[in-house]
Amino acid sequence: MAYALQQLINGLTLGAMYGLIAIGYTMVYGIIGMINFAHGDIFMVSAFIAVTAFTLLAAADVSSIPLALTFVLIVSIFFTSAYGWAVERTAYRPLRGSTRLAPLISAIGMSIFLQNAVQLTQGARVKPIPPVIEGGIVLWDTPAFTVQIGWSQLLIIVTTVTLMAAFTWMITQTPFGRQQRSCEQDRTMAALLGVNVDRTISLTFMLGAALAAVAGVMVTVYYGVVDFFIGFLVGIKAFTAAVLGGIGSLPGAMLGGLLIGLIESFWAAYLWAEYKDVATFGILCLVLMLRPSGLLGRPEVEKV
Amino acid sequence: MNKKTLLATALLALGGFSGAALADLPVAIAGPMTGQYASAGDQIRKGAEMAIADINARGGVLGQKLKLEIGDDACDPKQAVSVANTMVNKGIVFMHGHWCSSSTIPASEVYVDADILVATVSTNPQVTERGLPNVFRIMGRDDQQGLVSGGYIADHFKDKKVAVVDDKSAYGKGLADEMAKAMTAKGLKPTLREAVTAGEKDYSGLIGKLKQAGVEVMAYGGYHTEVALILRQAQAAGLKLTVMGGDTMTNAELVTAAGPAADNVLFTFSPDARKNPDAAPVVEKFRAAKVEPEGYVLYAYAAMQLFEQVATAAKSTRYADLEKTMRAGTFKTVIGDLSFGPKGDLAVPGFVVYRWQGGQYDYAR
Repeated sequence: MAYALQQLINGLTLGAMYGLIAIGYTMVYGIIGMINFAHGDIFMVSAFIAVTAFTLLAAADVSSIPLALTFVLIVSIFFTSAYGWAVERTAYRPLRGSTRLAPLISAIGMSIFLQNAVQLTQGARVKPIPPVIEGGIVLWDTPAFTVQIGWSQLLIIVTTVTLMAAFTWMITQTPFGRQQRSCEQDRTMAALLGVNVDRTISLTFMLGAALAAVAGVMVTVYYGVVDFFIGFLVGIKAFTAAVLGGIGSLPGAMLGGLLIGLIESFWAAYLWAEYKDVATFGILCLVLMLRPSGLLGRPEVEKV
Repeated sequence: MNKKTLLATALLALGGFSGAALADLPVAIAGPMTGQYASAGDQIRKGAEMAIADINARGGVLGQKLKLEIGDDACDPKQAVSVANTMVNKGIVFMHGHWCSSSTIPASEVYVDADILVATVSTNPQVTERGLPNVFRIMGRDDQQGLVSGGYIADHFKDKKVAVVDDKSAYGKGLADEMAKAMTAKGLKPTLREAVTAGEKDYSGLIGKLKQAGVEVMAYGGYHTEVALILRQAQAAGLKLTVMGGDTMTNAELVTAAGPAADNVLFTFSPDARKNPDAAPVVEKFRAAKVEPEGYVLYAYAAMQLFEQVATAAKSTRYADLEKTMRAGTFKTVIGDLSFGPKGDLAVPGFVVYRWQGGQYDYAR
């Protein structure tokens, strides 16, 4: 029982991170109907920015952890959003209105470009940072097993929940949210009614990148090690989460992320850890066979 | 084609021709110069560059200067084959590489067809078990390595629970299987047998499982990058874990990434060449050039020395002569005297157990 609880905590932490990244995939799909394959690498870039910021802080002798975290978050969100904006502006906007496949290929190219650029400028070696947040709370101490939640795990879960709440409020209540939803429904009509479509799309990319930046900072704090390749596997898992939850749906992305985190951690805990990824993608296939539009997705209505 | 391009082409061709006439003798290294194991490739390159500079300062091999070609396979078997083809095209006479067993195995098939002598540090038994005449190994094998590390675990951790974990790579799984076999033979059965995916960041599932099973010792077949993450996360989860690994744990990146959690990591490696009195001048030279001759640095140096001596003894750089001489002689290098058995394995391989402590490794007692 204690063991299951520990694996639940591990799964939730992992799932929260997948969820944060999955939102970036799902929002972009919702608004322009393409999969932004460079999103995983945007996440990787944000982790590198976080490492740089942490190193700068260490050089400046800042020892207050809340202050350091806030600074790193702000720096990482700022620069990563700039990356998100630049990627959209250079790789996707010129291709808007061309065939459906063109931006997809452009996204894959962007992903390879970012990976190689970081590898060349930052080196191929792993970049470690010393542990930032150490320790945790012992939740349950049985003779057989001690259930622990690390402060960094707690931070990830709390930040994710807060961000999700803020995000849902923004999409449903604010003028920007309204504009975004209108672009999602019908871009031409939204433009006719005075919505600045290009600006809305740019902002969507920046928001997705900002969430990825939060995930990047969390990963850096939690695992303490980044390299130029971390975006690939995480990006694929987050994309899967978005599809599982129903691509285009925000709560779906979060649910998908949590589910994948939980499947991974419970499968590794009770069955064969080496078949973890097989299980994750097997379950994805099953869900898609039974519900082709994902768990919370609405079937696409063909407009005539 | 207009006149200018014609002229340029002619000049280029001439340049190429005169280059070939004064040709240096091309020898090569190949390994992960980029990618997640790039730090090992870096060690190999530094060792080989220094060796070639020294050999050329002595006048080269048979009056010809050596020229180093560097191949980057990023430990990807597909890329390894294309590197091998490129090297064949460049007309190399000797290859020190590749590094990952999973790269060496397919690449050596290319070298055997092109009659190129190979000296590798890859430890998977299959590297020499396939009976290729051109492949020689200047390090021990995983089955010998596993025998030593598995035996050490059985002797020193008799009453502890031990998990055997690998990363599903040719090297990792091979080593882990041998460790498990050697432990069981000495009467210590592994409590758990698990595998992880290399390149992942989250190992909390595995760590939870180890904790639940009461495992205190993990015998790991794989690379240092994953071990660093596992150790860091185990420490955060309150699990005290002693890791026993293979030769890849010599990499100081383990300590950079895992920090103090890397203390007490055990691993097997050949006897430390830095402690070999004959190697002292070379070690000195590396340190003067601000290169710590750890891990594979001296192996790469030794591989080039080996080629120098074999070619000098054979008085030829033809493959058939080189191979015959290689099998017959004993060669004095910075990693000790090398001679080879019928399969191309070292006649006297040695593995010793080391322990990381405070950022340094030394013989474990």
